[in-house]
Amino acid sequence: MTALVLIDHEGGLIKQPSRSAIAAAAQLGEVHALVAGSGVQAAADAAAKLPGVSKVILADAPAYANNLAEPMSALILALAPGYSHLMAATTAIGKNIMPRVAALLDSQPISDIAGVVDADTFVRPIYAGNAMATVKSSDAKKVITVRAASFDPVASEGGSASIEAAPSVESPVVSKWISAELSKSERPELTAARVVVSGGRGMQNGENFKLLDPIADKLGAAVGASRAAVDAGFVPNDYQVGQTGKIVAPDLYVAVGISGAIQHLAGMKDSKVIVAINKDEEAPIFQVADYGLVADLFQALPELAAELERG
Amino acid sequence: MRTNGRGLFLATVERPALIQETARQPMKILVPVKRVVDYNVKVRVKSDGTGVETAGVKMSMNPFDEIAVEEAVRLKEKGAATEIIAVSLGVAACQETIRTALAMGADRGILVESDVDLQPLAVAKMLKAIAEKEQPGLIILGKQAIDDDMSATGQMLAALLGWSQGTFASKVTIEGDSMTVIREVDGGLETVVLNLPAIITTDLRLNEPRYASLPNIMKARKKPIDTMKPADLGVDPTPRLTVVKVEEPAKRQAGKKVGSVAELVEKLRNEAKVI
Repeated sequence: MTALVLIDHEGGLIKQPSRSAIAAAAQLGEVHALVAGSGVQAAADAAAKLPGVSKVILADAPAYANNLAEPMSALILALAPGYSHLMAATTAIGKNIMPRVAALLDSQPISDIAGVVDADTFVRPIYAGNAMATVKSSDAKKVITVRAASFDPVASEGGSASIEAAPSVESPVVSKWISAELSKSERPELTAARVVVSGGRGMQNGENFKLLDPIADKLGAAVGASRAAVDAGFVPNDYQVGQTGKIVAPDLYVAVGISGAIQHLAGMKDSKVIVAINKDEEAPIFQVADYGLVADLFQALPELAAELERG
Repeated sequence: MRTNGRGLFLATVERPALIQETARQPMKILVPVKRVVDYNVKVRVKSDGTGVETAGVKMSMNPFDEIAVEEAVRLKEKGAATEIIAVSLGVAACQETIRTALAMGADRGILVESDVDLQPLAVAKMLKAIAEKEQPGLIILGKQAIDDDMSATGQMLAALLGWSQGTFASKVTIEGDSMTVIREVDGGLETVVLNLPAIITTDLRLNEPRYASLPNIMKARKKPIDTMKPADLGVDPTPRLTVVKVEEPAKRQAGKKVGSVAELVEKLRNEAKVI
């Protein structure tokens, strides 16, 4: 039984959610990693160092440069005969590609698993994580995305897998990648950050999100937001933490001006320590917070920045 | 069904296909809509662990599907589409969900009635059969249903039809035989061009769905809904995933309130040791 894990990579580095997907796959048996892209030897070399990976399949071709679902799923379909499980992290790339692979294999995908019971049986959140379903698949090949926050990532170093070139696969050309407009930030990515500081509707406007910056800088944190803050146009959608955004589980999550709708809690309640700052002491966020501060955030944030500075 | 009580009228100006500027030919849009437990309901796990309680619980159209219907209606209003078909698959009550779509501006409905737990693979196969019959130029789906959170049906349908896919769309522009889609990705936005016919799945910022007006709700009652069964579409809907059990997630205990910022920082440093 061997699992093939599609790797998310950028600039020759393996993204942390993929290291979590490797950890999940390792519970099933042997693990191969698929690195696809254009000019991605460095990423393949990095994948070969991941503990638990016994072989890296390198698909280096222009068709794979931008992770378009159509050529990527054709590639994985061509590799599928050698594997019992086809996996990826639950990222924008994994979510886009893996269900397409599953349909081509006549398999019902098992999305966003949070636990491995056995080779056929997995635990996954439903209803925004308000229930956990244990499901057993009857399909010959399982197509799975992995909730990164639920599996400790394997280390970046320590393995020594062989690298093998993928066979050349004919790519369907029905779509074209034009451009990407990525948020520029020196901060860690939300899904990989050790600390996350998030703002909600209580921030009142996008300008006020700057109040979170000195705190995030001091803590080495990523900045996130609730759906309410995204819907109100304060910050872009890629800041969104929650059922319909990103799922995070940092060591420390600081929720500022966030009431704590169940859809937001779905995205952060597995954080190790949760801090809530909200002026409404009845806010549901306090029911999950380890430390709650009932305060006006416009007073508390500058104080917090100063207090951390004093550190 | 939502109404804003203000009797807001939709600008559904019917124009003959021939004089449309942007449509390459009369284009149908298919919009699958799912009946789910309402967004605001706090779901409860059944005590026997077989699922969540849905008896007596408010049901609504999946919020992302409302965005899909809205986008289809806007494309029709712009003259880029000629007909919108809302499809729902599931129990007989899914008819209400179709009526909601019809009240928002869809022209007719198709109900595939089944009491089986329909999973995305079976749904995608049935939608494929419907698409082959109806020949839409575009299918718009929600990016995920808020009940099973699978986020799979659109991608699977695209695969089965051999069409291109633009998932997690925040902006869609049709230009002749192709469509430009801005997609929400992890680090920001991505722009792709898709050959039509194509699949779109909707993200939050694509649009803000309208409320159906009372006159349009009344009109929707007269719009036709075809009813069929999975067998009529040649699809075996038997679930591939068996639910072994459904449990409450691990509960988090509420912690303590701190009195000041200084106390908070002290606790984080010395008690929780996370900073």
